Amino acid sequence: MNGERIDLYICDGKVVEKVDERKAKVIDASGMMVMPGGVDIHSHIAGAEVNAGRLLRPEDHVKDVEAKTAVTRSGVGYSVPSTFTTGYRYSRMGYTTVMNPSMPPLEARHTHEELNDTPMIDKAAFPLIGDWWVVLEYLQDDRIEECAAHVAWIMRATKGYAIKIVNPGGLEAWGFGRNVAGIDDSVPHFNITPRDIIRGLCKVNKLLNLPHTIHVHTNNLGRPGNYATAIETMKCVEDLAEEDNPVIHITHCQFCAFKGSDWQTLQSGAEEIAEYVNQHNHVTLDMGQVVFTDTTTMTADGPFQYGLYGLTGNKWVNHDVETETSGGIVPFRYRRKSHVNATQWSIGLELALLIEDPWRIYLTTDHPNGAPFTTYPKVISWLMSTVARKKMLKRISRRARRKSLLPSIDREYNFDEIATVTRAGQSKALGLKQKGHLGLGADADIAIYNLNPKTVDPSIEYKAVTRAFCKPAYTLKGGEIVARDGEIVKPIQGGTFWVDIKLSKPWEPSEDLKLKFREYWTVEYENYPISEDYLKASLPIRVEARI
Amino acid sequence: MIILTPKRSFTVPVGGECISPDTFAAKSTSEMANLPVWEGNKKRALGHLFRIELKTAPSESLTIRIRGDAGRIRRIGAKMSSGRIVIEGNAGMHLGEEMNGGAITVVGNAGSWAGSRMKKGTIEIKGDAGHYIGAAYRGSNKGMNGGAITIYGNAGNEVGCFMRKGLIKIHGDVGQFTGIHMKNGTIYIGGDSEVRAGAQMLGGKIVVLGRIPSILPTFTIDDIKSRVKIDGEKVEGPFYRFLGDLAENGNGKLFISQKQNTHLTPCERFL
Ligand SMILES: [Zn+2]
Repeated sequence: MNGERIDLYICDGKVVEKVDERKAKVIDASGMMVMPGGVDIHSHIAGAEVNAGRLLRPEDHVKDVEAKTAVTRSGVGYSVPSTFTTGYRYSRMGYTTVMNPSMPPLEARHTHEELNDTPMIDKAAFPLIGDWWVVLEYLQDDRIEECAAHVAWIMRATKGYAIKIVNPGGLEAWGFGRNVAGIDDSVPHFNITPRDIIRGLCKVNKLLNLPHTIHVHTNNLGRPGNYATAIETMKCVEDLAEEDNPVIHITHCQFCAFKGSDWQTLQSGAEEIAEYVNQHNHVTLDMGQVVFTDTTTMTADGPFQYGLYGLTGNKWVNHDVETETSGGIVPFRYRRKSHVNATQWSIGLELALLIEDPWRIYLTTDHPNGAPFTTYPKVISWLMSTVARKKMLKRISRRARRKSLLPSIDREYNFDEIATVTRAGQSKALGLKQKGHLGLGADADIAIYNLNPKTVDPSIEYKAVTRAFCKPAYTLKGGEIVARDGEIVKPIQGGTFWVDIKLSKPWEPSEDLKLKFREYWTVEYENYPISEDYLKASLPIRVEARI
Repeated sequence: MIILTPKRSFTVPVGGECISPDTFAAKSTSEMANLPVWEGNKKRALGHLFRIELKTAPSESLTIRIRGDAGRIRRIGAKMSSGRIVIEGNAGMHLGEEMNGGAITVVGNAGSWAGSRMKKGTIEIKGDAGHYIGAAYRGSNKGMNGGAITIYGNAGNEVGCFMRKGLIKIHGDVGQFTGIHMKNGTIYIGGDSEVRAGAQMLGGKIVVLGRIPSILPTFTIDDIKSRVKIDGEKVEGPFYRFLGDLAENGNGKLFISQKQNTHLTPCERFL
């Protein structure tokens, strides 16, 4: 990465100390840059909501059609690509692991069916747990251990990987046409606040020893003034941190770093958030960067999406997932000349540049909410080059430019930091010990970029950097060459991670839970869980819980 | 003039977007014959499907004449910006899609989506046409944005869906949802219309000379006009004028013949 020349040996899909060079296949990567395969901590690539997005947007597909090749299937983009195309596009960009961060537990079967059809990458899904009725009931009575046992069951039943919380309490309220306004607002019909939910599930996460922290989409997302909510959310679990280990991940932070009292006075709250993050070790974040393009917004945050429909007048989908969560979809075009969109663009980059430790802020666009994942190379160029940033600054809304903090920031990421925010940091936060590095025993998931870090100056030659990150010379997955120069050469399945939680004493679902399923769910308790053989390539991660 | 004569009848759809004066310009017949076309899932050369003859007539703008049935050929004249296409038989779907100038004449019938997303130029269809004339692409809100479509026969549903500008004149009857989501422009129906004309329209006008079974409840009667102007021409009425679609805060206008629609007389008490 830093121009240091080393030999890397791969055997049986792993990085090893030495192989017999006479018998081995050799890839000459001299003059190129070698990194572990890219890891994406947050990208909506599969499931009922993504699929509803596909149905909603034929006009998005027609402009981006891919014909089949000898080894790949045909498919379409742009902002909500078909499953196979999603896998191919990630792989062509050097990515090998992607997290699908928003899975309504009830839609787990559909999600895994789509993940099964998303080749080339390892993947996992985070079930939405922050508004699940039974979870809320346990938490309001402070029965944390029982809640943990129940969450362990959800993880097994849905083949989930991490606890996802979206607008805690707000989604439950949305079922009754309401929302919550902050982390201490009470949730209708429950004696509980968002704070209780976040803290409760943070404790549950620790009791279960899950590899990732709670993954939180904050309350008030997408509303001016919400940077304060984001800071309160991080603060509310400060005391639950042990040593320097993170206990909360704030996702697509750009969308919750808005200062100002309305859209007219909107400005960046990145400075305040970065200041907090720089002083506290218990948080990790991802950017949720906006890129100026036509995309499709989709979140479990039903009330937010309904508000977005009100703002744009665009076509929309909204959904209440029974007793679990909600969802909404609205197509959206981010415009350079809109001061709100341009400010959002600026905020994402400000966060990434003002937060000092690259191990705690990760490159995402909250695909497809801020932009499709195929725009990552462009985001990399903005992080690496003040020239690239200045060039875009010149083209955005004047009002946004005047307020932007970017002109005052000189920081430029180096390749080491890019590797951290696009793979190493993300795998560390996810607890994927075999990913994101090329040490002995690591998975041989590797991206080789046609870029010589010794001779290229990314600050000036940012276009060359963008090109190189768009089309790596090689992508290796499990030690095999799967993509070359931006073309798929070998389709592979890719596995699905899920947490196989072992409790110290077995947990039996109460009759009460079964009764609730009968009364409130469209699916019976017995039909709810997904068996392991439903996953085409199951990759269970064994976890010993503290209870 | 370039004359294309089908060598045989087609049983599966053919992608004919290369049949456009813009593509043919400055090409020899052998170059034209080599243009790639898809017939179903088979890639073929244009010369494989058509006999191509060139009859030069200097100082004439480039004209393509299809002698025979092109009912299976889709996207003829797509994105064309000048010249002329004459189809002596039928034309397939997406005729003149995203057209930006020039003229197309169809002596027979045309399929659905004729003039979809067109910006400029004229399309004339002597027979009937299918659905979605001058419409937006599925899912998009950007329909026809200029130019003129004239149909002497009947047309199907959703004529002028998401239309933004231009003129659609249909001398025959139309199906349901004429001018749905329309923002501006004019649609003239010489014959009868089925129900739900103007659904969700925001602006523009729709004129119906024949009978319409009912007006959507989200329209309000505003006036009775003795005549209406279409593209500078006066059309004699009298017409009921309805405004809507109020469900969308729309400001579109429906002109409905009073004489042909006596069942609407009760509306007059709201005037
Ligand atoms: Zn997201």
